[in-house]
Amino acid sequence: MSAPRTEAFLWVAQRATAAFLAVFVLVHLATIVYAVRGGLTAAEILARTHASPAIPLFYGLFVLAASIHGAIGLRTIAGEWLAWRGRSADAAVALVGLGLLALGLRAVVAVTA
Amino acid sequence: MTQASLQPGLLPEREGEVLRVEVWRGGAEGAFQGFEVPRRASQTVLDVVTHIQRFLDPTLAYRFACRVGMCGSCAMTVNGVPRWTCRTHVDKVARDGRLTLAPLSNMPVVRDLVADMREFFDKWARARGQFVPTRTRDEEFARVDPRSAERREADAAIECIGCGVCYAACDVVKWNPEYLGPAALNRAWTLQSDVRDGAHAERLEAVTRDSGCLSCHTHMSCTEFCPKSLSPTRSIAGLKRQGLWALLEGSGAKR
Repeated sequence: MSAPRTEAFLWVAQRATAAFLAVFVLVHLATIVYAVRGGLTAAEILARTHASPAIPLFYGLFVLAASIHGAIGLRTIAGEWLAWRGRSADAAVALVGLGLLALGLRAVVAVTA
Repeated sequence: MTQASLQPGLLPEREGEVLRVEVWRGGAEGAFQGFEVPRRASQTVLDVVTHIQRFLDPTLAYRFACRVGMCGSCAMTVNGVPRWTCRTHVDKVARDGRLTLAPLSNMPVVRDLVADMREFFDKWARARGQFVPTRTRDEEFARVDPRSAERREADAAIECIGCGVCYAACDVVKWNPEYLGPAALNRAWTLQSDVRDGAHAERLEAVTRDSGCLSCHTHMSCTEFCPKSLSPTRSIAGLKRQGLWALLEGSGAKR
């Protein structure tokens, strides 16, 4: 059993990141729908993603929220569906979260740097 | 006339109508056994079980006490759904003249229709379901205005009879046997709303641990099946809210 404070923190973190993700996804989709009107080429997309420092910031936060949200969600699924709880499960989902973060940030850097 | 039709307090049998009942026999390992029970007017599922035990097979184990929806002893799985059997009319639940009766889910089976409720009630204790007084017997009675918000909040969840129907219906209990469950958390919320209680911080800590209120997925099966029409989901939401505020205030669950 982990401490009540940790559980409450993870619970809040998952809901808070869910709220951010809802906004991020809407902005992301709206931007795509708007942007493809100018043509869907790699050059056009890269020109857009290099256009503003807001783009890496936006997608950096998006990736951070997704990896936190996903890792906490996987922790719940591991506990309820696989009966996998405790330190080993926490460590495994933390690794998955860090992996998602690394892959996501690598992609963000690739298209914005 | 059959022996059963002479029993005092029973309404007459409906001529020619028979209920086919499949009843779970045995413990965790067992099988359904079929019985035929005469239909009566206003017959409850508990009446059916009692008929079987008295007239067809005296070895059938089941549990009941008050027969009027107060004690919470007689809950069983009726056609796959957890129900209080003393207040469930056969007319409402029988399908094509058939009933399937099993012990409550999410609890070990003792025998036949009797489920072991120890873990269910132990969780009430783990959720700090006991009232902790803040006054002694030498002091004045606490005066709680029945119209006050706190009193109304406590009222909303206080009529629980501990039948275990919500616990048997809960998916989270099924997935995580450690989960405290709707009834224990509902009890905790009643006490968290009780202005006379002196253990709010300790109780909040007990219910926001792993497998506490934060594990609830808000499937609302407890609210759907509660025979007293309570909403444990609402109580659990209240506990989550308190846990959130305790965290935001920086005091952890120590509030």
